[in-house]
Amino acid sequence: MLHILRDKRTMLVVLVIPLILIVLFGFTVTTDVNNIKVMACAPHRSHSVSEAVNHIQASPYFDFRGFVDACDIDRMLRTGQVSAVVVFASDYSSSGSYQMLFDGADVNTASTSQAYLQSVLAGSAAASPFDVHMLYNPQMKSSYNFVPGIMGMIFMLICAMMTSISIVREKETGTMEVLLVSPVKPLYIIISKMVPYLLLSLINLAIILLLAYYMLDVPMAGGVGGIVLVSFIYLVLALALGMMVSNMVQSQIAALLISAMVMMMPVIIFSGMMFPIENLPWALRWISYVIPPRWYIDAMRKLMIEGVALCDVVLEVGILLAETVALMAAATKKFNDRLEQKGVNFKIL
Amino acid sequence: MSSLSFLVKKEFIQFRRNKFISRLVFAFPVLVMLIVPLVTNMEVRGVSVALIDHDQSSLSRRMLSHLEASKSLRVRMQSSDYQQAYRQLEDGKVDIIVSIPERCEQTLLLGQLPCISVDANAVNSTKSGMGSQYAIAALGKALSEVAAESGVSLSSGDISVRHFYNEALDYRFYMIPAFIIILVLLICCFIPALNLVVEKERGTIEQINVTPVSRFEFTLSKLIPYWLVGIVVLTEAILTAGLVYGLWPAGNAGTIYLAALLFALTMSGFAIAVANISDTMQQCIFVLFFFVMIFMLMSGMLTPLESMPQWAQWITVAFPPRWFVGIMRAVYLKGTTLAELAPNFLALLLLAIAFCSIAMLTYRKQR
Repeated sequence: MLHILRDKRTMLVVLVIPLILIVLFGFTVTTDVNNIKVMACAPHRSHSVSEAVNHIQASPYFDFRGFVDACDIDRMLRTGQVSAVVVFASDYSSSGSYQMLFDGADVNTASTSQAYLQSVLAGSAAASPFDVHMLYNPQMKSSYNFVPGIMGMIFMLICAMMTSISIVREKETGTMEVLLVSPVKPLYIIISKMVPYLLLSLINLAIILLLAYYMLDVPMAGGVGGIVLVSFIYLVLALALGMMVSNMVQSQIAALLISAMVMMMPVIIFSGMMFPIENLPWALRWISYVIPPRWYIDAMRKLMIEGVALCDVVLEVGILLAETVALMAAATKKFNDRLEQKGVNFKIL
Repeated sequence: MSSLSFLVKKEFIQFRRNKFISRLVFAFPVLVMLIVPLVTNMEVRGVSVALIDHDQSSLSRRMLSHLEASKSLRVRMQSSDYQQAYRQLEDGKVDIIVSIPERCEQTLLLGQLPCISVDANAVNSTKSGMGSQYAIAALGKALSEVAAESGVSLSSGDISVRHFYNEALDYRFYMIPAFIIILVLLICCFIPALNLVVEKERGTIEQINVTPVSRFEFTLSKLIPYWLVGIVVLTEAILTAGLVYGLWPAGNAGTIYLAALLFALTMSGFAIAVANISDTMQQCIFVLFFFVMIFMLMSGMLTPLESMPQWAQWITVAFPPRWFVGIMRAVYLKGTTLAELAPNFLALLLLAIAFCSIAMLTYRKQR
């Protein structure tokens, strides 16, 4: 405990970083496609063309950048100055024909803007035979969707980074020998190393939940109790993972590189925060089943946004619990291994 | 300049001696590039649809078959009970409910537009947004087919669509350049910074501090090795993406390397600056982690830049990956030339100068 308190600067950094990240990403990171840059190309600027352009300008999805000559279209798209160009036929007012050209390099923007453009140019919404409702998240705000994902990622990495250094530092400074010859059980050493970090993480969790509720308007519909319980399990799991890394490696630099850099990739790729898990090939989907953030993010989405009761996330919670126990056991086991190894070394000496 | 060459040599010896780091630099990029293209697929597939058919006409049967034919949609249930479907939606078993009203076909045949409602579970806004678009496209196809067969005119004018550069709309090809950048970013940020802080914690930096080596030489000796490491990582990643997934840069590879040289320099300069101001490894890694996360998620690599609020877009002007990602995607997919990308290169150059100057100025021999 003193270890942590003594280093005020590190403590400040650990407390402040997750907060800023959550708020910043909550406001800015979204997979929605908005403000698409569009230009129009029209040989005849007839009345109906300017009416169509007005529709595009009025739409919040588009950022209309003016008219372009036909010979410049390719350059505009290639340099990324626009993502889409609408070419109106010269007889647009009578036939209503037009062509849409997209920068297909950005697949999502291209296919979304195609749908938006078509519906904008088809005229007012009343003429559409479809009546679309978005349930639960009516404004399609994806900050909702991203908050659980970002929480899952940040907790995992920050917690693992905090504990991954703890044991290996003792190894490097040589104080590990003192711990090893003391009669304290390995499990107690591991737990005593985790508790202070757990307290720190819980403070973090409390502030993040308050921020998410008051600043980002995340509904927390499933009740705070459930959210805190699941997060608590997850925090212990992440800390235990860090412990295990710390037991396995021999230097702080390796511990930190593993917990910050190597682990970041699977968390981003397999947890479902960015890329839908349904799209994974089956072999990789199996990998995603053992990635803890996947279950945490799933449970958090259900609890925070859909507002289901705690009993509906039993599966996720059960898996997280099982993984926590397994990691704790593995961390303790690894600690023992080292103990024996040391014994052998002493004999040789 | 001879002391510089000795210092660089020392860095390489240290690099070679640390088995973990040298293995990491060689294996990590290849592994990530092998897996990432399989995963990064934002394409929405397997959207479950519940069809509530109150019409039971040939139109609604046609709609069903069009929904089933769509490769992104899967019709999970058909019933006439909306409440039941809604419960399924709440349980997450169904993503979209399509309700066809009574006398839908008759309305259409009278030349009026029927009102078909599409309710989507918007918790996952990408899935619901794209899924409802797919559903509408499938339903619309059925509507216009039936309308055309019975001689009712609904559609107006020809609409043609063309996608340039990535005609198959393969999302992988959009993400591969971004992940190459993430790899260069991670390796060129974390490794040099930790390497410097290790010297601080072990105290070996004191030995350098008492030598007449200048601030400039010392910083440069820390930057040059990671410059090369950045290029090695880039080459590995490009080769893996090309050999395994068949994506080679459409434009000039020289342009990519030039940009990568600037980018690697910028990022390791930044990392050295962070390492200079932190006392322990833990501090250093937390601060770096903070910035790396921001660079990764706010530079338009994984999510669209244009969708961010205006103030956030202004902040990103100072983020090196924002400029590099523009260059990478343009050269990789569209074959854009160096001259056309001049603004991006200029921005990267300025950032490189700025970050490296900060790195040199923050290095102090005495405290």
